Amino acid sequence: MLTIKNLHAIVEEQEILKGVNLVVNPGEIHAVMGPNGSGKSTLASVLAGHPKFEVTRGSIEFKGQDLLEMEPEDRSREGLFLSFQYPVEIPGVSMVNFMRSALNEQRKYRKEEPISATDFLKLMRDKRQLLGMDSQLVSRSVNEGFSGGEKKKNEIFQMAMINPLLAILDETDSGLDIDALRVVASGVNKLQTKENATILITHYQRLLEYIKPDFVHVLSDGKIIKSGGADLALELEKKGYEWLINP
Amino acid sequence: MIEQQYIDLFQQFRSEIDSNSVSGMNKHRDSAFAKFKQIGFPTSKLEDYKHSNIARQFDAEFGLNLRNIEIPVNPYETFKCDVPNLNTFTYFLINDRFYNQVDQKEGMPENVFVGSMRQFAEEHPDVFEKHYAKIADNEENGLVAYNTMFAQDGFVVYVPKNVEIEKPLQLINILSSGVDLNVNRRILIIAEENAHVKLLVCDHTVDEVNFVVTQVTEIFADKSAQVDVYELEENSTKVTRLNNLYSEQLDNSKVVTSSITLHNGYTRNNIRFRLLGEHAEAHAGGLAICDKEQHIDNFAFLDHSKPNCLSDELFKTVLNDKATGVFCGKILVEKDAQKTLAYQTNRNLLNSVNAQMFAKPQLEIYADDVKCSHGLTTGHLDEEALFYLRSRGMDKEEARLLLLVAFTSDVVELIRIPTLQDRLTQLIDKRFRGELMRCGSCNVCK
Repeated sequence: MLTIKNLHAIVEEQEILKGVNLVVNPGEIHAVMGPNGSGKSTLASVLAGHPKFEVTRGSIEFKGQDLLEMEPEDRSREGLFLSFQYPVEIPGVSMVNFMRSALNEQRKYRKEEPISATDFLKLMRDKRQLLGMDSQLVSRSVNEGFSGGEKKKNEIFQMAMINPLLAILDETDSGLDIDALRVVASGVNKLQTKENATILITHYQRLLEYIKPDFVHVLSDGKIIKSGGADLALELEKKGYEWLINP
Repeated sequence: MIEQQYIDLFQQFRSEIDSNSVSGMNKHRDSAFAKFKQIGFPTSKLEDYKHSNIARQFDAEFGLNLRNIEIPVNPYETFKCDVPNLNTFTYFLINDRFYNQVDQKEGMPENVFVGSMRQFAEEHPDVFEKHYAKIADNEENGLVAYNTMFAQDGFVVYVPKNVEIEKPLQLINILSSGVDLNVNRRILIIAEENAHVKLLVCDHTVDEVNFVVTQVTEIFADKSAQVDVYELEENSTKVTRLNNLYSEQLDNSKVVTSSITLHNGYTRNNIRFRLLGEHAEAHAGGLAICDKEQHIDNFAFLDHSKPNCLSDELFKTVLNDKATGVFCGKILVEKDAQKTLAYQTNRNLLNSVNAQMFAKPQLEIYADDVKCSHGLTTGHLDEEALFYLRSRGMDKEEARLLLLVAFTSDVVELIRIPTLQDRLTQLIDKRFRGELMRCGSCNVCK
């Protein structure tokens, strides 16, 4: 589904990614771990097409297409979803309007009719309940005045609404208390199927107790320095990153 | 001196001016004339007009319809309202004259007067005398003095004690002329004790000539009265609109105004609130969307002289192309006005490198137990928000439009007529899409 080859990326003239290689297949859950500043969030932003980042070398293929040639909105319409580490507050744009517009843009791309009002409201209710979100939250402006935990839940709520092929969760566990973490993780698990894939970007092993990855990668100084199974995360939890970075 | 031609005109045509108006208005002309000769039009030498040289707007040959010659316009035929499905009592001013039209008595409470200023001045001379040219400031504002010299008619809303007009009133100002015209329009709103009224004023242009319009609106809200005045400007680029809105309030009253400019040429809004009773509330909103070489200058002055009052200002500007925007917000809290709450917010969005915004908050506080705040920002559309919306599949242009409309939403929410809120949001959306490059009813602007 996703093939990243020798990816180099810069932000404000500083090279952050220095040759990342990664292959993600349908049905797989990948965890990308690593110390602060290793380039985890840059990888997520580059995949979603944030204009601040510039790819200088390498390639990304998504469903056989050149992802780097695509606008952020087309990446989304092709099935890529980024759960933001810092979701943006947008006063004056209601969650309902935002979700309806987003869904309909997705449907238009697939040459489908806009969603009916009844179906839309039912979908909103179902997905809201999946995440245990207050009905008040979805009637407010996008993320405005949401707590840290509510913002993260709202990201997974949007993911549930859009139902992407490839979800990239950037530090979704940060800022969540243990109860919220359980709810979010169970939401992600329920959305995981044989057809779609997930990349979890996280600093801690904690999230991986709830979402079991098939592969764990350690990113350090812009490169993946070690890949392994779920056990690698446990080892990292015990020993930290130091033994890998400076063996 | 630009003023001289108007001084000569006034002296030469004084008898025509008077004979085509009423004594209640005529009796104020001499003092206004004396003042005007002394201070003239505001120029950019005055601090409060630094970025708007008003005098220059009058530096051309304009006609004045002093003899009250009928303008061959039937507003019912030519005017397509941009705010349909809005159930209102509807009235027209053609230039500065009240357009005599069908009576709208059904549903209108008794003893209410809504209509021609000339008629009102004759039917209720005492009430008129008490308020006309009393609230607007003839002392410092040359535009008010000028307007008082030449205004011959206008629009009056008079709501007696304890009466509530539930259905909103709508006044539609139409500019129509075959030659360049100076229009001097007057509006008076009197809400007696515990009276309630909401008025929407729409400004439109139907002819492709230059207009310079002065408008003076006086609002008097007696104890516990509630007055809402929403102004919606959709004029052509050839219109200079010099708007002066003055409000005086007594105890427990509430006045809400909003000055919305969707399309214009050159606009200056002087908005002055005086809170003269305790526990009075004043809300002043403003929104302008300008492009090309349009000019918008919002000047708001909130004067707290009594304790326990609240004022809240919210002004927003969106500038494109080479448009210029100005905002000055003055709050004066006098020595006795303890427990005052006064808030001011001004947010401006620049969508072009050639657009310019001049903004200035000015707070003068002489009481020591008050809460006052002001916030001012001028910037560009939030790139992170734009990316966030796009990352969910929204088209870049759609996302941009959504954010622009969202930027205006809190000003729209000040309006206490839900159907008007909805309609206005649609109009704003159309405006940002470039579909409102001309007003709904005119074909002047291309």
